[in-house]
This record gives sequence, structure tokens and C-alpha cells, in this order.
Amino acid sequence: MSPVLSASRPTAKSSARQIKKPAQAAARKNKSPATDKGLGVRIRSLRAFYDDVEAVKGVDLDFPANQITAIIGPSGCGKSTLVRCINRMHEEIAGAHAHGQVIFDKLNIYNPEIDPVAVRRTIGMVFQKPNPFPTMSIIDNVTAGLRLSGVKRDKLSELAENALRDAGLWDEVKHRLNKHAGGLSGGQQQRLCIARMIALEPEVLLMDEPCSALDPQSTLRIEELIVKLKTRFTVILVTHNLPQATRVADRTAFMLDGKLVEAGPTRRIFTAPDDARTKQYVTGKFG
Amino acid sequence: MNALATVSIRRHRTDKFMRWAFLAGLLLAFIPLVLVLLFVIIRGAGALSLSFFTTDPTGAFFGDQGGIKSAILGTLEIVGLAAAIAVPIGIALAVYLNEIGRKSRLASLVRYFVDVLTGVPSIVFGLFIYTVLVVSGLFGGFAAWKGSVALALLMLPVVTRASEVSLTLVPDNLREAALALGAPRWRMITSVVLPTALPGLLTGSLLAIARASGETAPLLFTVLGAQATTFSLGAQMNSLPLQIFNDVREPNPQLVTRAWGAALTLITIILLINIVARLAARRSNLR
Repeated sequence: MSPVLSASRPTAKSSARQIKKPAQAAARKNKSPATDKGLGVRIRSLRAFYDDVEAVKGVDLDFPANQITAIIGPSGCGKSTLVRCINRMHEEIAGAHAHGQVIFDKLNIYNPEIDPVAVRRTIGMVFQKPNPFPTMSIIDNVTAGLRLSGVKRDKLSELAENALRDAGLWDEVKHRLNKHAGGLSGGQQQRLCIARMIALEPEVLLMDEPCSALDPQSTLRIEELIVKLKTRFTVILVTHNLPQATRVADRTAFMLDGKLVEAGPTRRIFTAPDDARTKQYVTGKFG
Repeated sequence: MNALATVSIRRHRTDKFMRWAFLAGLLLAFIPLVLVLLFVIIRGAGALSLSFFTTDPTGAFFGDQGGIKSAILGTLEIVGLAAAIAVPIGIALAVYLNEIGRKSRLASLVRYFVDVLTGVPSIVFGLFIYTVLVVSGLFGGFAAWKGSVALALLMLPVVTRASEVSLTLVPDNLREAALALGAPRWRMITSVVLPTALPGLLTGSLLAIARASGETAPLLFTVLGAQATTFSLGAQMNSLPLQIFNDVREPNPQLVTRAWGAALTLITIILLINIVARLAARRSNLR
């Protein structure tokens, strides 16, 4: 029986809280990166729709643990929709639905007994536009996810500091933790959103074009952060920026018109792809 | 002729004429407003004194007629209870319409009836409560709380619509952020959506309260009126609109002056509520 999502099986309602205990999270941290094997994700015949429009048309794709997999492809090819299916955020859009299998930790997260709330606590997500909560202070933003899952108040500040350090933001904000998050720069806001997510100690990080709203300097910092995080998490990165994929990704998947064209080690996809369309795309012939 | 000097004399004249015409329209609209305020101040200011605010109407046939203490307190009590009923229900309804029902058939139906309710004349609410709560003899006859229920019915559509608008203004990416952190829907609403919309919710509620404070018709057949100050919501009660309504019909110049004084007091209270509402709204715009 799988350790992470299994709690959500018997009663979908009580599951959410049991899924990630802070003690478990702390234990994970002490493991050395070499032995800290995370959990990968496998997608099987996944199809996703907006009303009747099919945006993802049957995709099979593996995301190995503790690796960064980039998903590239032209606008509207379904790459964002695909990652939003992995933590079941896709179905939050009115009229959107998906079917197929997303296998995480030996379970299909589309199994009707699985609580999407539990999935989202274990598979975190960072969005294109930084979205800190404007009514909350910096520290409250970082602890927002923890407070929602009922972590004891006295542990919060320690967990928040760790998350901010991991996101490389601590030194910049430690003297103004109680100020509103809206006062941070775009890049800092995005790192705050990453801190907010990793404070929950998820297994998988989904990043949907996390740098597309940022300047080059901030982009670089986030990329360094992503590479650092892969020792602890499995990272799935949607990007429009091909050089970014070559800089950070271990593996790259190319999507076109809702279908997966090919996936493989980044170097091979960019230098010797099997498919002519991939070659055209990575050499800038279209998209 | 210079290319920049091509504005014809005719166009120049039209522009000038239109500017003056619009200014004249503005002044025309101001005239009744200023006249009403001036009249109320001139006729009412003479009535104001410390005892005007600290004594109850005496109801005596001769001599000192007393002040309006019971009317001020009555208005605060009746409107306060009405707000305590209408604001939570109105906001809950708005949450349903914007966060849960959205485009469902039931939500459209509710929205339609809320709009219909907005157009119902206030005296109809008074008659309705008179029939249902007063004539039926439920918990006695005339009572302050029954007036509050009538006012609450009047406020409900105003609160609901204003709250719905301010909930629509909460960016969707904040909802996504909360859900992606594994927040259940209700936590997302209480911890993120409502705090973000708070200034707007406050403004809407205060404007509804301001409107209800001046209503006479719903109170006529429900509260009836009284002379003495009472803090019992089950008793008949005085209120500012009722005081004005009764006093101004008396052929006693002292009472007519008291009516003007009461009107000035009522306008001042409503003005204060409006200012607070504006300040709350401004706070929301700064973000």
C-alpha cells in the first residue's frame, strides 16, 4: 500500500489532514539527497477537455523522481492543461474535465475515492503570474498552506523560516516578515509562492511557466532554485523559453496540438530528436 | 497655414458651448441637493441643543415638547438589528452566487429574484411584515424587531448585489493559489476570498444600512412608534423617520422645528455612514 496517498482511501473527508504530517516532513529533510528518493509521476492515456474541446488528446508520459522534466511546445498545445491535470486543478475551471490515469505513488489520482484536496497538498503548483495573497503578510503567506492543513501554531515560524531559506528569500525579507506581500518585487513574489508551496513539503512541484512574467535576473534566480530543489522534489516545468529548458531540465517533452510528439533526455531532444516536427520546433522553425 | 492649426473656428465654438452646457447641467443637478441641505440646516439648526439629544419627547399638550433621544437610540437599535439580520444573509447569498452557484440555473433564478426584490417599494415590505408578523399576532402586536425584519428585507438585495460585485473583483488566481495549496473550497472562501473582498463587503453593507436608516414606510405598521426610550426590541419603539413623520403633521411650531432638527440629525448620521463606506472603499482601491 502506498504511503502518501493511502490515507485518503477509506474516507475521503478525513484524509487531507493525515496525508502530510510535519514530523514526516522533518524526517525527509534529514535524509541525505542521495538516498532521498522522491516519487515520480506516470501519465497514461490522459485526455482533458474544456466543455467539448479536447485540449489534451491521449498522452502517455513519465516524470522520473528527482528529475526536472520540461514540457515545451507552441501556445495552445495543451502543456498547461496537462500539468493542471496532474494535481487536479484542471477540473476547477467551469466545464473542464479529464479522464485517463495519472499514477502517483502507485495510485491513480483520478480514482474516484481520491480526494483532490489531498492530491494538491502532495503535488504543489506554482503559477505563471505570482499570486501571493494580498491581504496577508509575507510570513502569513508562507504559512498559509500549513495553516490550511492544521499544523500547530508554535511550529509555524520555524517551518516558515526553513521554507524561505530554501526559496532563497530569507535574507531579503527577514526584517519585514510582517509587511504585506504586495510590496515585494515580481521575482520575490514568485519565490514567495515557491516558498509557500515547499513549506507544505510536497513530493512533486508543478511549475507552469514560472518565469514568464519576470525579468532575466529574477528568472536566473528561480532557475537556480529549481535546480537546487530537484534533490528533494520531482519537478515538472512548463516553459515557453527553450534556452530555459536546456539550462535546467534533465528531460524534455515536446507537445503539439494536444499530443505528445516525443520525450527524452534534454540534450537528445535539442540535438538529435527523432521527430522532424520536434527538430523544426527546437530550431525555431515554428511556434 | 500650419498643419497644427487646422481646428476650425466652428469646432472651437462648439467645444466651448458644450463645455458650458455640461457645466450648467451639473449646476442644475446641484440645486435641489443644495437647497434640501440648506433648508434642513436653516430650519433644523435652531432645534439643536444638548437637551435636544438627551431628552425624550414628552408628548405634553403644552409647554416643553422634549428632544429626540428615544428616536436616535430607536433608529440605532432597529437598524442595528436589521443589519445583523441582512448583512450575514446577504453576504452568504453573494458567496453562493459567486463562489458556488456561479452560472447554474438556481443561481440565475436567485439573482433574478434578488433584482426583483431591489425594485419592491419599501411600503410593500412594511405591509408584508404587518400581515405576516403583526396582524397574525405572533409574539404580540407591534414590535421593534418586526420593523427590523422589514428593513432587513429591504437591505438584503442591496447587500447581496454589492457583495457579489466585490467578490467578482477578487482575482481568480488567488482562488487557484488557495486550492493548489490544498485548501478545501470553504477554507479558500473564508481565508482568502472574503478577506480580500472585505473592504467591498463593508462598503456594500454600510450603504444598505444608510439607505435603511431613512426608511419610514416599513416602520409605520410594524414598530408603530413610542415616546420613551426603550431597549426592548419586543416593544414599540421610536425612530428618527417616525419622529419626523409624526412631528411635521402637528400644528405646533415647536414640534415642526423638532422634526427639522431630527431630519438634520438623520442626514448627519447617514452622511457619517457614507463617509465610512467611502473610506473602506478607498482602502480597497489602494491595493
